[in-house]
This record gives sequence, C-alpha cells and structure tokens, in this order.
Amino acid sequence: MSEAITQAFQERISEDDLLNCMKCGFCLPACPTYVETQDEVHSPRGRISLMMAVRDGEIDDVHEVEESLNVCLGCRACEPACPAGVNYGEMLEEARAIFYEHKDVPLQEKALRKTTLNMLFTDQEKMGKATSLLRFYQRSGLQKTARKLKVMNFFPDHMQQMERVLPDVPKRAKQHREVTFPSETDQTKATAAMFKGCLMDTLFHETNQSTITLLNRAGCDVVVPDTQGCCGALHGHSGKKAGAKELAKQNIQAFEQADVDYIITNAGGCGAFLHDYDHLLENDAEWAERAKAFTDKIVDFSTVLMDLDFPNEAALNIDQQIITYQDSCHLRNVLGVADAPRQLIQAIEGAHYIEMPHADQCCGSAGIYNLTQPEMSMQILDHKMENVDTTRATTIVTTNPGCLLQMKLGIERTEQTDTMRAVHLADLLLEALSTEDLNSD
Amino acid sequence: MTMTWIQEIRHIVGDEHVQTKQSSLLSYAYDATPNFNTKPEAVVAPASEQEIKEIVTVCANHQIPIVPRGSGTNLAAGTTPTQGGVVLLFHRMYRILELDEDNLTITVQPGVITGDICEAVEAKGLFYPPDPSSMKISTIGGNINENSGGLRGLKYGVTKDYVLGVNAVIANGDVIRAGGKNVKDVAGYDLTSLFVGSEGTLGIITKATLKLVPLPESKQTLLASFDSIERAAETVSQVIANKLTPATLEFIDRATIQAVEDYTHVGLPTDAEAVLLIEQDGPPSICEHDIQLIQGIAIEHGAITTQIAETEERAAELREARRSALSALAKRSPTTILEDATVPRSEIATMVKAIEAIALEHDVNIATFGHAGDGNLHPTCMTDLRDKDEWERVEAAFAAIFRKAIDLGGTITGEHGVGEMKSPYLAWKVGDEGIQLMNQIKLAFDPEHIMNPGKIFHRSGGEVDE
Ligand SMILES: Cc1cc2nc3c(=O)[nH]c(=O)nc-3n(C[C@H](O)[C@H](O)[C@H](O)COP(=O)(O)OP(=O)(O)OC[C@H]3O[C@@H](n4cnc5c(N)ncnc54)[C@H](O)[C@@H]3O)c2cc1C
Ligand code: SF4
Ligand code: SF4
Repeated sequence: MSEAITQAFQERISEDDLLNCMKCGFCLPACPTYVETQDEVHSPRGRISLMMAVRDGEIDDVHEVEESLNVCLGCRACEPACPAGVNYGEMLEEARAIFYEHKDVPLQEKALRKTTLNMLFTDQEKMGKATSLLRFYQRSGLQKTARKLKVMNFFPDHMQQMERVLPDVPKRAKQHREVTFPSETDQTKATAAMFKGCLMDTLFHETNQSTITLLNRAGCDVVVPDTQGCCGALHGHSGKKAGAKELAKQNIQAFEQADVDYIITNAGGCGAFLHDYDHLLENDAEWAERAKAFTDKIVDFSTVLMDLDFPNEAALNIDQQIITYQDSCHLRNVLGVADAPRQLIQAIEGAHYIEMPHADQCCGSAGIYNLTQPEMSMQILDHKMENVDTTRATTIVTTNPGCLLQMKLGIERTEQTDTMRAVHLADLLLEALSTEDLNSD
Repeated sequence: MTMTWIQEIRHIVGDEHVQTKQSSLLSYAYDATPNFNTKPEAVVAPASEQEIKEIVTVCANHQIPIVPRGSGTNLAAGTTPTQGGVVLLFHRMYRILELDEDNLTITVQPGVITGDICEAVEAKGLFYPPDPSSMKISTIGGNINENSGGLRGLKYGVTKDYVLGVNAVIANGDVIRAGGKNVKDVAGYDLTSLFVGSEGTLGIITKATLKLVPLPESKQTLLASFDSIERAAETVSQVIANKLTPATLEFIDRATIQAVEDYTHVGLPTDAEAVLLIEQDGPPSICEHDIQLIQGIAIEHGAITTQIAETEERAAELREARRSALSALAKRSPTTILEDATVPRSEIATMVKAIEAIALEHDVNIATFGHAGDGNLHPTCMTDLRDKDEWERVEAAFAAIFRKAIDLGGTITGEHGVGEMKSPYLAWKVGDEGIQLMNQIKLAFDPEHIMNPGKIFHRSGGEVDE
C-alpha cells in the first residue's frame, strides 16, 4: 500500500515543486492550522516536507501524512504569503487524489461524501430534489417536531447548530431555466453569463437573483446557461479528480455557447475552482485550450460591479450599522479579489465599515471541512468570532455560501442571533439598493 | 529500556507535549538552510523555566543532545538536529511579561514573535529597532541567539545592542540570571553578552529583558540609481563622511534589480548597475533636511536618477521592493542560498566586484543585495541542489567569497550566525587560538556537549582544506 502511494507521488507530484519550498517559514503566520496548533505537522512547509517524505519513501506509515493533509483547510493562504511561489494548492489536490484512490475511506465519512458529492452536487436535478426534501422538512412542521423531540441531540453539537442555521429552501418553481436578464441602463456596457453554483442555486437562490439584479443595474446583460452543472470543487478538494474533470468539460461546453465578456460567480469557492480548470485539463489535448478561454473569463461579481462603476451608478443606502467583512479564502488567495467587496460595502451610505483582525484568515468552513474535521473547524471559528466581536459589527458580510453558513453557525454558537446577522455581499447590496433606487429611473 | 529518557520527559511536560511520531520528527528535521535535514528523536514543548530545568537534567543524565528551536528560520543550519536528540520548542512560552514605561524596557519569554514585540511597544509610542526581514515569523529567542540584524542596523545597531538581561538554563540545570533592567551594570563578566549570539550552544534562554527607545516621529524615503557600483559605494561613503546616519541604507545590484522589477513592477530602473534605498527617520524637519542632503550627495556622485517618495504609499512600495529581493530571486530557481559575508563599509564596491568575478569563475549564478550602510552583503545563489556538479561549484564559490571577505577585513557572517553550515570556516575568521578559547568557554558551560552539538564548532575541530 505505502509503496503504491510512494510510487504515485513520484509519478504525479513533481520534485521541482516540492523542492521549490525553501522552508523559510514565511507562510507560518498565514496558515490557520499552524496558528491554531503551533505544530509544524500542520504548517505548509511541514506538509510539504511530509509529501517529500512520502515521495522519498522515508515514512513507514503514510497515513500520518494523510492525516496532516486532512487537517489542511485547503484555504491556500500559504500561497500569496510564499516568497518562492510554491504551488501548494496543486500539490495538495494531487496528494489528496492519490490517497483517495488508494484507500478505504472510513465508513461514516464515505457515506457523508457520497451523499453530498454524488447525490447532490453532480446533478442539479438531484440537488433540487434533495433540497426539496429539506424544504419539506422545514415547512411541514417536521423540523419543529424534530427540534421539540430533540432528535438532533443525538448528533454532535456543531451538527445541531448547523441544522439550525440552514436557510429556508425556496420553492422548486423559482429555479430558473436558460433566461436572459437585460441590463437596466440606457446602454448595455457588458455581457455576462452567470455560473449558478449548486449551493447558490438551491439554498441561496435569492442571492443569485440579487446578483443578477445588481449586474443589470450596473449595465450588464446576464444570461444563465441551463446546461451548466456543479463546478466540481468539492470533488477536487476531496480527491475525486476524475469526477471534477467531467464536470469541468460539461461547464466549458455550456458557457462556450453563451459568447459573453464575463463568466460571473458569486461564490469564491466555485470561482476559484472554475479559475483552475485550465490547470485541471492542461494535459487533455482536446480541452486544454477551451479550458483556458473559459478561465480567462471567470470573474467574481464584485469585480465586475467595480469595473462598471456601480457605486456611482446607483444610490446605496442602509440603516446605520457597523459592518465587517470575512474574506472568502479562495476569492482572496486564488482569484486575488480582496478590495472590491470592501469598496462596495464602503460605498453604502449608513454602513460603517470596520475591518476585523485577520479577516483574511479562513473561517474554518472550507468546503465540507467543518463536517470532516469538526474540532479544528470549531476552534478556528471560535477564534474568528472573537475577532468579529472586537469590531462590534452587527452585520458580517461574506462572498461564499460555505463561509456564510459558517458565520451563521458562529453567530449561533456565540448566542448572538438576536443582535448579529451574516449576509452575502449581493444581498446586502440589494438591500441597500432597494430602498430608493430600484425603480427610480 | 533505552527509551526511558523520553518517558521521563513525558512525565515532566505531559504526554501531549512530547511528539515522537515519524511525521512529527520529519516536520522538525529542517530549518531554512538547504541540505542539513536530520530527524530528532523527540520534539518537546515545555511551558516554563522549571520544566526546562528538569528536561535539561534528564538530558544531561542520559547525554541526549538538546536543540533549542524558535521558528526554525535561521539560515546556517542552526536548528537541524544532526546528532539526534530533543528539539525543544518555545511556543508555549510566548508571553510578554512586562512593558516597563518608566525604565523603557520590555521583559518577554523566548517564544514571543519579534514582530509582536514591535507592535506592542509601538502602541505605546516606543520602539524596538532590530528588524530582521523575518521579524513577523522569527522568535526573540532565535534573534538573541543569532544576534540578528536588520535594515535599521546602521543607525540603531543590532539585537545585542538591546538585550539588557537574560535568564538561561545551562547544561548542569542551573539557572543563570544575567543582567537586568540596568543600563549600567559592570558586576563581573558580561554574561548577557556571552549568551547573545551563542546559537543555543551555551544554554537555553528562558526570559529576556530588552531595551526600548522612543518611536521616531516621521520617516523619509529616497531611491537613487547608478550606472556603476563604485558610484553607489562612493555615495554611501560620502553620506557617512558628512556625518549623516540614515536609518536604512540598502544596496541592490543589477541582477537583483531585474528580478525585483519583474516581480513587483514598482518601476525600478532596470538599466542601472546599482540602486540605493535610503531612509531617514526622526523629527520631520531633520528628516527632510537629511534626505535632501543625501539626495544632493547622490546626484553629485553621478546618480542617474533620484526619487524622494512623495507619499507614504510610495515609500512603502519602495521598501517592499527591497524586502522582496530574496523572494524575487527565490522564484527563479529550485534552491536559493542566501549568504551574509560582511566587509567594512569602505570595501563594499571591491567586495561586490569580487563576488561577480567569483561567480563568473565558478560558473554559478549569484545576485547581491544587502545593507550597504554596515557592509553586510547578501550574495544570493540561485541553484539546484540535485545538480551535484553545480553544487560543488557553489560551495567552492562561497568558500572563495568568505575568504575574500576576510582578506578585506570582513567576516564570514554578519547576522545569520555560524551554525553547522559555516562552522568549517570559523577558524578563518577567529584563528585557531580564537576557536580554542571559545571551546574552553563552551566546556565551562556545557562540558558534555549536549547543548546544540555540532553548531559553531566544526566536527573535526580543524580548518577546512582549501
Ligand atoms: C527569508 C528570511 C529572511 C531573513 N532575514 C534576516 C535578516 O534580515 N536579518 C537576520 O539577522 N536574519 C535574518 N534571517 C535569519 C533568521 O530569521 C534569524 O536568524 C532569526 O533570528 C531566527 O529566529 P528563529 O526564531 O527562527 O530561530 P531559530 O532558527 O529557530 O533558531 C536560531 C538559533 O537560536 C537558537 N535558539 C532559538 N531559541 C532559543 C532559546 N530560547 N534558547 C537558546 N537558543 C535558542 C537555536 O538553537 C538556533 O541556534 C532570515 C531568514 C529568512 C528565512
Ligand atoms: S513560504 Fe513558501 S518557501 Fe517558505 S516555507 Fe512556506 S511554502 Fe516553503
Ligand atoms: S491551504 Fe491553508 S491550512 Fe492548508 S497549509 Fe495552506 S494555509 Fe495552511
């Protein structure tokens, strides 16, 4: 077993990339798992040296390395911090894929991954059905009954809290088919195709609508191609690369037909993964170039809003409140988007923006990390909430569904649901817009 | 059982603070120096001076090497456990114990990150000047043991100028309390100074009291480019001769300029042979006066361009450009070796030229930047340690560089320390007599050689072949 893994590491993880790490330690303060543990087993350079050890056959029990990689959030905060330009994210994904292919995942985790991944995320139709079920559960009164009967008490604490923060699922009928939403300015300034994202399209359907409205208002035609699927991030991040590649091809095809200036996402996690399609398919002769053309168009909606000068285009007003922003790791570290969301919040009259300490550090959500590594995830979240509290903010803004749920969970855990809320940037902007501007011209 | 010493240590610090899994040992096998990786036998994280005392006693009884490790960012193989034993961590001793605004001192545990000290004192209008580029990562324990320097060395000195006192546990388990809060203290030998720069070979620092100064009110930044290294060096000499002491006086050579500009795009003149980055701090009027004088001197000595940063943003950009020198070079090759041969200020031009010639002669790729104000240069080699043939040429080139530095009245290391990496060259600098005396000092503190063995002193004890 170990030998097979060592061999796979030798074949698939380049020694050049591993050696590129000079062990300078500049990534240490950026890495949330190192900051929490102060243990090099959980630092970027530690993980890189462990991958090297697997490659060199220098460790007897390779599962020790796997464990270290499991604890990694995959937030990639180590990459912008690294002077040497180490491609940590790529190595991590390849290493995880190798471990996944060679190993029996523990039963419970396997079940979890199987349902969340295959059943839900590959197929939006199924995702729709599953969320319909969730909706039924919420609306039917079953949820109340379950809560009363304390059925959830049988689950670990954070799962119970998670259950409480899941948003209400919108009705099936609302989910759109291929539609074009025209720009609301005199002249169309740009054209865009919207990447829906599975979570965004179901649990956060409203947010997608907000995003489209904002873009229209900024002068952008928005089309929503209907043959698109899940971005594949959850497959890629948990080591199922083949599935991710299939999804990538499906999406590239769906968006090629749209022929637009931008491909828009409003979920940092998806955006980053879409942005990496060119890397994912680089060895596929037929697809490499098409993937490149696709990734060149990927942008976050906040970037487009700033490009189109949205803050000057629209009057933005909100009740006086302190607002803080939690970066989406992948939006910041992979797509390099950090200023646009902050500038948009600051453009709202009535919003007092206060930056929280370490806003750029992962909230501990990281895909399904909060389900697979609950302890570390909750430890990180609790520290995050301490940082939120220093700002006295009543609104936490995020740009990714996973982060949004995690911040809601944080509010729930610290029992601040009455005084604090977490919202997606698009919903906040729409809220600021709707009071005056929506139908003003 | 042979492993009982580990059990004894577990007993002292608790199971969860002793790691012996292979993955843990591999994760503490390295520091920022290429090619010296070796696994320790255990990784131990004590919480107090008392625990350290007990650990040292166990290790002394069993003759187990102790390798103190801060953040493992040193560049001289100072924390690689090449003789096995215990790697001792300080992340549980991370507290600032006291900030004394009356005596202008701060007392800290060894595991505090240097940058955190700076932040804490600056919030009170005070200043801890030693600023190694690694200050956001490195620990004060590491800084003290390497006597680290930084960009502000010319005007403010280096770590040793700010250490007023330390507590240290030595090999027999005794706790030595050296120095204190007194600026004047001549009671006996200056043991504090002996511990500074001792690279973990004399004892384990468990507490340190540092001197603070008032925070300067303002800062001015100047960038000047030259078409010859001599002109840049002449400018440096004249600045000093005019009794101006800038806070920072940094030098970047042509190869480094190219790499930095490709990486940062801040608009460095890529056709220049050398760039100087000069900063002055202090009251606004003096700052302004000084920086204009310096600009005048630069122009007089043939600067092709000079630019005073108009805004703090621009100043920060220029500073960042210098700080990113290593990053920019590191991106260019699998292995990057950063050295710190140092010469008297007056010899900078000669030394930079010599480095260029040596690189050419050995057919290796070396760029140079560094602290022109104090002659501390960083010849940086871009190579690939898998290329055995090239690696040999790199080692030969560095030996030649050290030799040249010494010939010019300089030293083999200005701020990175000797560690294991440069131990073969130490005798070149201090002579056999020097090594012998140092050896006797070492024996007085650590007769069994358990404190970071193999560091500073070359294994064979003698000089390397030339
Ligand atoms: C990118 C980069 C830039 C750098 N820039 C600079 C620079 O500008 N100037 C500079 O001077 N250095 C620089 N360095 C070198 C390095 O950061 C410094 O030497 C720093 O002081 C090391 O601190 P550390 O906490 O990492 O110590 P470590 O590397 O862990 O240890 C350094 C030495 O101190 C000993 N030690 C650590 N803690 C204790 C203790 N409590 N008691 C006894 N011994 C102890 C260790 O045994 C070792 O010998 C740089 C390094 C890198 C990677
Ligand atoms: S910052 Fe980059 S090169 Fe330095 S230790 Fe981390 S990963 Fe390695
Ligand atoms: S991806 Fe995030 S958690 Fe993982 S090593 Fe990098 S910084 Fe740390």
